[in-house]
Amino acid sequence: MSLLHWAILSPFIAALFIPMLYKRFRKIHTGWFVLVLSILLFIYFFMFLSQTRDGRNVSESLAWMPSLDINFEVYIDGLGLLFSLLITGIGALVVLYSIFYLNKDKEKLNNFYVYLLLFMGSMLGIVLSDNLIVLYMFWEFTSFSSFLLIGYWYQRERSRYGAQKSMLITVFGGLSMLGGFVLLSYIGDTFSIRELVSQNGELITHPLFTPALLLVLLGAFTKSAQFPFHIWLPDAMEAPTPVSAYLHSATMVKAGIYLVARLSPVFAESALWLWLIASVGIVTLFWGSFSAVKQTDLKGILAFSTISQLGMIMSLLGLGAAAIHYESMDEDIYVAATVAAVFHLINHATFKGSLFMAAGIIDHETGTRDIHKLGGLMNLMPITFTITIIGAFSMAGLPPFNGFLSKEMFLASMVSVTEMDLFNMENWGVLFPVLAWVGSIFTFVYSMIIVFKTFTGKYQPEKLKKKPHEAPIGMLIPPVILASLVIIFGLFPNLLSSTIIEPAVAAIQPGAVHVDIAHWHGFRVELGMTIGVIILGVLFYLTLAKWQNIYQLFPAKLSFNRLYDALLTGMERISLAVTRLFMSGFIRTYLVYIFLFFIISLGYTLFRKNALTIDMKNTAPIGIYELVLAGIITIAAIAILFAKSRLTSIILLGAVGYTVSIFFVLFRAPDLALTQLVIETISVALFLLCFYHLPKISRKEERLAFKLNNALISIGVGVIVALIALSSHSSKYFDAISKYYVENAYKEAGGENIVNVILVDFRGLDTMFEITVLGIAAIGIFAIIKLRLTRGKEEG
Amino acid sequence: MEILMAVVIGILFMSATYLMLSKSILRIIIGTGLLSHGAHLLILTMGGLKRGSVPLLSEQANSYVDPLPQALILTAIVISFGVTSFFLVLAYRTYQEFGTDNMDRLRGKEANE
Repeated sequence: MSLLHWAILSPFIAALFIPMLYKRFRKIHTGWFVLVLSILLFIYFFMFLSQTRDGRNVSESLAWMPSLDINFEVYIDGLGLLFSLLITGIGALVVLYSIFYLNKDKEKLNNFYVYLLLFMGSMLGIVLSDNLIVLYMFWEFTSFSSFLLIGYWYQRERSRYGAQKSMLITVFGGLSMLGGFVLLSYIGDTFSIRELVSQNGELITHPLFTPALLLVLLGAFTKSAQFPFHIWLPDAMEAPTPVSAYLHSATMVKAGIYLVARLSPVFAESALWLWLIASVGIVTLFWGSFSAVKQTDLKGILAFSTISQLGMIMSLLGLGAAAIHYESMDEDIYVAATVAAVFHLINHATFKGSLFMAAGIIDHETGTRDIHKLGGLMNLMPITFTITIIGAFSMAGLPPFNGFLSKEMFLASMVSVTEMDLFNMENWGVLFPVLAWVGSIFTFVYSMIIVFKTFTGKYQPEKLKKKPHEAPIGMLIPPVILASLVIIFGLFPNLLSSTIIEPAVAAIQPGAVHVDIAHWHGFRVELGMTIGVIILGVLFYLTLAKWQNIYQLFPAKLSFNRLYDALLTGMERISLAVTRLFMSGFIRTYLVYIFLFFIISLGYTLFRKNALTIDMKNTAPIGIYELVLAGIITIAAIAILFAKSRLTSIILLGAVGYTVSIFFVLFRAPDLALTQLVIETISVALFLLCFYHLPKISRKEERLAFKLNNALISIGVGVIVALIALSSHSSKYFDAISKYYVENAYKEAGGENIVNVILVDFRGLDTMFEITVLGIAAIGIFAIIKLRLTRGKEEG
Repeated sequence: MEILMAVVIGILFMSATYLMLSKSILRIIIGTGLLSHGAHLLILTMGGLKRGSVPLLSEQANSYVDPLPQALILTAIVISFGVTSFFLVLAYRTYQEFGTDNMDRLRGKEANE
């Protein structure tokens, strides 16, 4: 077990000790311990930077289930390292923020940090695992810990609803993904991602390739809140704000992005992969930014903006996959799409994290996140205002922040789609830049809403629960760090390019890439588009009140949330109805099912296999006695059905029993006849004993139609049994084994009564347990009669 | 003979099924009794009928009827007797406790209603 393994597992181990630390050191905020660990992890992963920059990837293996080819195989390359740094870095900032956000006396901090550490560890596991099954395991851990974190305030109904929704959707995707992984490993005969990548050319020819692709994508899309699975993310905003900042903007929702990027070399050969990801991403981008404008809750806006930005990264990754088809091009615009995706991934983590933290501060200091109640906070909270401005302007894509650069690269890539001559893109490709551009305008509008509706305008102290003031310094440090990163990456983007982006892109698209991000690259189309975005965005923002009514055009009934809710309640209702339909509670109904199944399955088999043969050859002759007895038994058995009193029924049953014993005599079974006679006598005696205690048979209640059904079913059963008896008797394939018993009964066992010898010697075990059965029945009867627990209780 | 017996067994099964589908517990118990008779006869018939002597070696016959089905039936008779008597006492106690032998009125109620 290498240090790397320990690093991944350290959050899990630390989570074990959190409750102890929480109980022991009540005076110290538990978050400080977690902070130490996350900073250490960040430094540890930071030290890998020099190695991955030179292309020296690190891999460590730990045998877990070697016989199944499932091993804890850790692999650090540019992509994994980028994500690890995001997870630990933003994790550390979020922990610091949460120390000031969560009150140590009012909140159950032990729970919070245990969940958070579980999440951090599983996220690290996802991005550093090379084995698909291990990746899946950590993937479900993140779903699970995210569920716990969203439901952190479990007393609230909305939290529980959001947690359940996110759980259902992400686990649905996770399970599909597992299916995809299994198919993939079946095709490639390995669970290792690197080995799959090395045989990418061969995989595509396999018929299971497309199902595997679709299933894996389903997992990625649900996790990364892509259209139409985005609905869980806004409801996940019920979580504490540090959680929203960490999980639902910077890390967990990027697990799907990571998966797409990681498996891109495996799937990119396929056109389906390219188009699905690119188009789902662009639709998500548009829909997210469009929906964000109508939100009134700050975190609601941020949630939809996260959806939109994830869509943007996703569509860039999709386009980037086109690079594999254009290997010979000098100026590879599709590799640039991947570069843009990776760059925006970093940028988004920085500015969205800071925005969430700023929203949390506003919530914390004013008691509300509703933009209708907020306003005029600029002078009261200048630092928060500055952070928000930097974050929101970067999100809107304004210079000189980092969002501007990645937005430009994004628009450039989208424009390049129209030049693509693959897969009949001439006609539909133009939709990409259009949707991207319109989406960007909406992005601009909601970014402005976040800043100006909150901080400018009229100050409404009467609507606020608290008297607002600037947040404590500890709460401001993490967003300030993130906001400064926004500016630093904006001004000096090449700090990132050779250190992180290049190795990461190399992992997504094998081959040497040189990344040089420049601010100014001439008057290109995308610059014009950005200027258009700004002009139209300002116009739209100023006239917001006039056109916001268009959101009323879409009835709330048609939203995906309604669909989800209807689906959920519908499924519950249908399953309840189905259960009610056949689980009637009447034992007779169940007997009808059993008998019908018996008739249908056996009858069908008899008919289908042509098994029905009647062979008269091997039959014994019919004597007069047997004929008479058969008549008696038939009459008795049918007469029971019509018996009006219980005495008649009992006597008729006795008649059947005695006839059977006479049959035994005729068929040369003296022991059977004896036993049957005795037992029938005892049975009838027993029946008569219970006679006075049992009620009269009443048949009045049964309706005629009902009787007819029963009659049909019972005739069916009788006929089937008779037919099976006939055909099995007519087709004998080998002789009985009884010759052995006849020959050896005396020789081996020293008895002349063969039946008795079989019972106590050859097959004595049967007899022993038959005696046990009788014993149990006797004890049971005794207990039933003697034990009267309920009555005793009532009396006591 | 076997064909006649198959028909008889079919009739026994039919009556038994009909009785088991009725509402009264007593009729259901009588139905199970008939069913076991049918099953025992079925085992015997499938072993072949009247082909040889009683399975006692003292008979010194050339051939004996198959002794194995007889042993099996003997076991089955005893077991079904045990079960029937248990069932009978159970029905008796049920009637004592609940005052009805109608299976419809003995229906279990759904817990959360």
